[in-house]
Amino acid sequence: MDDAIVLKYEISPDDFTRAGEASSDVKGKLKQLGVSPEAVRKVAIAMYEGEINMVIHANGGEITVEITPVEIRMILADVGPGIPDVEKAMKAGYSTAPDEVRSLGFGAGMGLPNMKKYTDDMSIETKLGVGTTITMIVKM
Amino acid sequence: MTARDVQAILGARVLTGEEFLDREVRSACGSDMMSDVLAFSKDHSVLLTGLCNPQVIRTAEMLDIVCLVFVRGKKPDDTIVQMAKDRDIIVMETGHRMFSSCGMLYKAGLGGGAI
Repeated sequence: MDDAIVLKYEISPDDFTRAGEASSDVKGKLKQLGVSPEAVRKVAIAMYEGEINMVIHANGGEITVEITPVEIRMILADVGPGIPDVEKAMKAGYSTAPDEVRSLGFGAGMGLPNMKKYTDDMSIETKLGVGTTITMIVKM
Repeated sequence: MTARDVQAILGARVLTGEEFLDREVRSACGSDMMSDVLAFSKDHSVLLTGLCNPQVIRTAEMLDIVCLVFVRGKKPDDTIVQMAKDRDIIVMETGHRMFSSCGMLYKAGLGGGAI
């Protein structure tokens, strides 16, 4: 992985207006690198959903993006409350988001399903009261 | 059709992106829930929404949406319009409601795209 480009972003909590800035930056950088439009779009959507989740549910966190000639790996780590039931959370339409989040246009229960849909691989490590780390891979 | 056709059909007012009105649009999506919109990923799309916040622009950005239409007379503030301008996204507003706006575009031949 010597030739990997690594990008790191601090995601600030409770700043809904700025949520998505990191994903926007990554999208721009991938375009500049000449990554295929399809891969760029998949990364942008999956990371944006993840970034929104970190702001809504987890008091922010850190996103690391590793770009190699074969894949783009996104690691979203937070020290939020953890996900009590990952299987449920993966179901389309299941949401624990409060009403105020819904009034902002999120909380439809599509976040995690969308992240899975747009990535080639996704894994979730979560521990209640400790935090969640989601790793997503999009192949070039 | 083009974004200009969308504007004419909906009698919409263009808030930014006048110079891009000849861009082609091939499908449309109407929703106030951005995650539902993100589940829909089609090229050259129009997004119709009644939600008025910066995340609408971010969602459009991630999906490479060509044209955003705010329905039922919703008026995005200057910050939102500027964000769209910075990203070369066309923004329009129409007084028609969501259902009517979608119906008018559908009737004119704009589909939702294959699922």
